[in-house]
Amino acid sequence: MPAYARVFTSNLSLNLRHNPVAFISLAIFLLLFLLALFAPLIAPYNPFDTTQIDILDSELPPFWAEQSDPSFLFGTDGQGRDMWSIMLYGLRLSLMIGIGAVVVQTLLGVSIGLISGYVGGRLDSLLMRLADIQLSFSTLMVAIVFLAVTQVVGGRAFFAQYAPVLLITIIGLAEWPQYARTVRATVLAEKQKEYVDAARIMGFGPLRIMVRHILPNSLSSIFVISTIQIANAIIAEASLSFLGLGMPIAYPSLGSLISSGFDYLFSGSWWITTLPAALLVVLILVVNLLGDWLRDTIGPRILQGAR
Amino acid sequence: MALLSVQDLSVKFGGEFGAVSAVKNVSFDLHRGERLGIVGESGAGKSITGFALMNLLSAPGFINRGKVLFDGKDIVRMSERQLRKVRGNRMAMIFQDPLVTLNPVLTIGQQMIETLLAHRRLRRDEAEFIAIQKLREVYISSPEMRMSQYPHELSGGMRQRVIIAIALLLDPDLIIADEPTTALDVTTQADILELLLHLCMSNNVSLILITHDLGVVCQLTERIMVMYAGEVVETGKTREVINDPQHPYTQGLISALPQQTLPGHTLKSIKGYMPSLLSMPSGCPFHPRCAYALDECREHRPKLVHYRDASVACHEVNRLHQETLAE
Repeated sequence: MPAYARVFTSNLSLNLRHNPVAFISLAIFLLLFLLALFAPLIAPYNPFDTTQIDILDSELPPFWAEQSDPSFLFGTDGQGRDMWSIMLYGLRLSLMIGIGAVVVQTLLGVSIGLISGYVGGRLDSLLMRLADIQLSFSTLMVAIVFLAVTQVVGGRAFFAQYAPVLLITIIGLAEWPQYARTVRATVLAEKQKEYVDAARIMGFGPLRIMVRHILPNSLSSIFVISTIQIANAIIAEASLSFLGLGMPIAYPSLGSLISSGFDYLFSGSWWITTLPAALLVVLILVVNLLGDWLRDTIGPRILQGAR
Repeated sequence: MALLSVQDLSVKFGGEFGAVSAVKNVSFDLHRGERLGIVGESGAGKSITGFALMNLLSAPGFINRGKVLFDGKDIVRMSERQLRKVRGNRMAMIFQDPLVTLNPVLTIGQQMIETLLAHRRLRRDEAEFIAIQKLREVYISSPEMRMSQYPHELSGGMRQRVIIAIALLLDPDLIIADEPTTALDVTTQADILELLLHLCMSNNVSLILITHDLGVVCQLTERIMVMYAGEVVETGKTREVINDPQHPYTQGLISALPQQTLPGHTLKSIKGYMPSLLSMPSGCPFHPRCAYALDECREHRPKLVHYRDASVACHEVNRLHQETLAE
């Protein structure tokens, strides 16, 4: 059976086709993902190119309102940038930071969780207490302190240049315990199973057993938690940007767009803040709905109702 | 020289009530190609003995005392690295439930090839060739197709065959089979046992069969070791022990077989339960359930005494034996 047919007839895809909410969510997510991926090709303007921006075009309303300019589909922001273009680029940044942060979390959390669960004993207690300490600081608090300090120490220019990397690192570092705990719990359950004994009997070393035997059996819970964590990371990035500690307004993510549009809200230019906000809400909603569906479909019982 | 020589093996479990002995002073020799059955009730220490032979006990269990000489080298004292060379390669183990022994997310082929490559310097296609050959040896139909299937796609009997094929993959000298047929239905059971016997005999592999099924032991093994509460109570040639059991516990086990009871009569059983490891009776561990128990049995622990081919740990049997000798 060829690979695509195997995917198509799998239980997961069957389940997907019979669940309209999940199906629509996946379709919207894929659409948004493709829009973000091909933003430079789709966007009619390059919002980072100052020669394409005219301050006289600022605060033009979207196409359905009066006084709209047909060359700016969703209007313009306070600096005269095309809303549609800048939202595409913002979506691209938000998704990139969200996924990047989750990759950092996965690498850290999965390795720590695997070692903690498999080795056990004192090492396990030590790592899990570290996780507890990390969890007792809220992600936003850690990120605010870290980002504010870098902004002061490194200066605004430095910060603007490395903001995406800094955001990925700090959101990734702050949330590893979520993964470590879930993976550890799964490993503890899998470790009891006889195939692990059988692997030891075949003379396999601990690293091989962890990576080749236990990890693939824990993948379903890692998938489930990853979807939820992507949504959380995007929200964290948006919140930080809204507070002025994330992406600078010159290279805005959805969060900084909402933040910049906030100043114009009461002058009647509501679209500058509401359009990116609506996009963010839709993005988070579909990711969360997908996460819920994955959890109900492939997630092990320990994750039911987990968030 | 014996392939496997177990000397005075003791296993303890450290718990919150202090360490308790799960296996006490087990000694036996196993020659190349020989087949030994270890029988006893649940909790008699059979499986723990099997795990201890591979030095695979996980905490809180540990080997307290004794030696396990495999080909002259003591497994108890081996480093993890040395152990990994012996395990799988020269000793293999087959578990009770074929459903959970295979890794559910890897195909049969992946699991077999991985095992081969972990121990041998082989190319992938060579490993695949050997794997298919071994699947054929355990009479699996269309082995090339099975290689790309996942464990859940096979039936229980077929899975156990695959597990036997994996155990035989590296041509080990010893196979430890821990209740290999308990999870299978009766007809499959007979097939698997016959296959195991055939493979052991044709490859000159030693077998340690751990089971509570005396019928299975009779079919497969040459020697038998009866365990009770972590101790060996009787060993000898399987046929002789089954036909003429000496120890009251072995007698009880054999008369408890359903075949020993006429239709319409109640099954005979040994009264009482095996003592908990935490509250071992003084003297002979079997005396609270023994019909012949004397004062001596309550006070002194009987030693394994050898006579002819067998050994029995029972004061009464020894006394009778001494009397016959005196005459």
